[in-house]
Amino acid sequence: MTESTPSEGDPAEGPEDATTANGPATRPSDLATPADGASTEAPSARRPAGRRGRVSSGFGRYVAKHVGGAAVSLLLVLFSSFFIFRLIAGDPIDQLTRERPVSPEERAAMRAELGLDEPMWRQFWDYITGTLTMDLGDSFQYRRPIFDLIVERLPATLLLSGTGMVLAVLLGFWIGARTGWRQGSRFDRGHVATGLVLYSAPTFWLGMIVILVFARYLGLFPVNGMRSPSTPPDFWSQAVDIGHHLVLPVLTYTAVVYAGYLMIMRSSILDELGGDYLTTARAKGLRDDEVRRRHAVPNALLPTVTLVFLALGSVVNGSIITETVFSWPGLGRLFVQSIFYPDRPVLQALFVLFSSSTILAVLCAEILYWFIDPRMRRSG
Amino acid sequence: MTSTVTSRSLRWARRRQSFARSWAAYRSQRAGMVGLVLLGAVVVLALAAPVLVDQSQLSVTQATGGRMAPPSAEFPLGTDETGRSILALTLWGSRLSLLIGLTATVVAILIGTTVGVTSGHVGGWYGWIALRISDWFMVLPSLVVAIALLAVLGRSMGTTVAVIALVSWPGTTRLVRAQTLTVQARPYLERARALGAGHWHQMTRHVLPNVLPLVLASATLLVPSAILMESSLAWLGLGDPGVVSWGSILNRASSSGAVSAHAWWYLLPPGLAILVVVLAFMMCGRALEAVFNPRLRGER
Repeated sequence: MTESTPSEGDPAEGPEDATTANGPATRPSDLATPADGASTEAPSARRPAGRRGRVSSGFGRYVAKHVGGAAVSLLLVLFSSFFIFRLIAGDPIDQLTRERPVSPEERAAMRAELGLDEPMWRQFWDYITGTLTMDLGDSFQYRRPIFDLIVERLPATLLLSGTGMVLAVLLGFWIGARTGWRQGSRFDRGHVATGLVLYSAPTFWLGMIVILVFARYLGLFPVNGMRSPSTPPDFWSQAVDIGHHLVLPVLTYTAVVYAGYLMIMRSSILDELGGDYLTTARAKGLRDDEVRRRHAVPNALLPTVTLVFLALGSVVNGSIITETVFSWPGLGRLFVQSIFYPDRPVLQALFVLFSSSTILAVLCAEILYWFIDPRMRRSG
Repeated sequence: MTSTVTSRSLRWARRRQSFARSWAAYRSQRAGMVGLVLLGAVVVLALAAPVLVDQSQLSVTQATGGRMAPPSAEFPLGTDETGRSILALTLWGSRLSLLIGLTATVVAILIGTTVGVTSGHVGGWYGWIALRISDWFMVLPSLVVAIALLAVLGRSMGTTVAVIALVSWPGTTRLVRAQTLTVQARPYLERARALGAGHWHQMTRHVLPNVLPLVLASATLLVPSAILMESSLAWLGLGDPGVVSWGSILNRASSSGAVSAHAWWYLLPPGLAILVVVLAFMMCGRALEAVFNPRLRGER
């Protein structure tokens, strides 16, 4: 009864579980039977709650279940962020006024301004309603609404981590498919070794070395930041300038991350290697490259596509470090800057934002999985 | 009396046998052996650090070298911004980095195994809730959680270990739980239940021994991520301010402008040390996984 349902939030090995745990009773004919009257008792035994074998109702229930789970997770994030930043953290006034002496009256005024004199349940209620209506309060360090700060910095983060992630996925999948296909060859061993070495390098250190070599010694790229002040304001000059600044951060980010995708794709290809359909494809007279490209890779992609979504947590981790090394004006750097001020409202808002975006990405992965894996549709 | 002795000696003979088998399988993997040798070397260096380099060399006030001086005969790896030897710092840093990485892993593994075995064995509401909570932790971006907690809890070795353990237990839980469910379905557990074995006996005598090899492999793969996490946190300035670890050396390097001063000798040793240790642990872990994980066994 507690057998883990294969579809539910299983970031590490969801796809593999899904292929093995669904039970043997699924046949293509089950899908074709229009209503329960015609089918035998096999489907209803497999799925006690569902009387109809129709795809649409199964999808509705599937989505409802996962949206419900994600909603609970999001609520937990809200609770835990309040717990961490208001209850464990203690009085922010102490930290804010560390440098200068304050009279008790000033303290009371500051507390009233920040709403800290309210009872705890009241603060909690204000916090929940504020977060849900995007009213995140003001930043201590910038004296501006946090929402504006986030909107301002979001594009930079999306540009850096988006470019880096796309490159890492493409590179990792491209190499991974080839290494898995020729398992044990010198090509395979060389690429796996290179990937592992880069994977073992701390991101921040690699960034510093990259800056030292490419920006300081060779002078090919700017040291940090996203744009130079001297660039003319027209669109193309700005785009080229930002692209120029983007090279080193993306290089660092991709170098550290791509090995993970390489290993995923490689093991996925290895799972396909013995398949009869590959023998058939070869028997048809296809060249080895075509067998890989047209038959093995599409099947191997199936379990890996969702893993790309599930890896968003590590994307956030990587972008925090990369942005800090390269002083990239994004959300990750804002997060790190806020630690030492300490700018607790910003920390809290970004904690909620980062956590909820990974939860939503996992939800997307689960829903996407329904569409790309027909086995899910048959066994609910 | 004699029967218990025989059963115990039988059990030990069986364990010795299976250990020998695993060792033979492990030894046949070159990467695993290379990793093991590298690790051994690093651990010996870390243990011998107090003998090789006197602790007084870590003191900022007693430093004798020049400010960020390049490598020389006296300082083979150059000096930092206060004139301390980078070699001494890196050697001493290994102790803290390894200690924090290993302790955090042990804590995470203890939590993960306990929750995994109990949730898989007991099941019901408890199992469901434990699974949900570990899922939730798994989805959250670990660095964000770690930074948030360290920012409010304060910086010390204890909090660093606790925070790293807190973000790394769910993976083990998942693995252990899945394995527990597999073991649970085997006939010998049914036999044990039929003979009246309690939950505790079933879990410790039957489930745990079957789960432990996988736990060992996953622990070996957790250590590198714990070390990387510790170094990232220390580099961000969230490490214990009173101790020297590889991450905190690099934190000082970047805050004192070692990159713009082209002080490569300041950056390379601690970073390469992290890389080598992480790589060695990963090589060992992958080899262990190939030995113990039945899914990968066919792969080699």
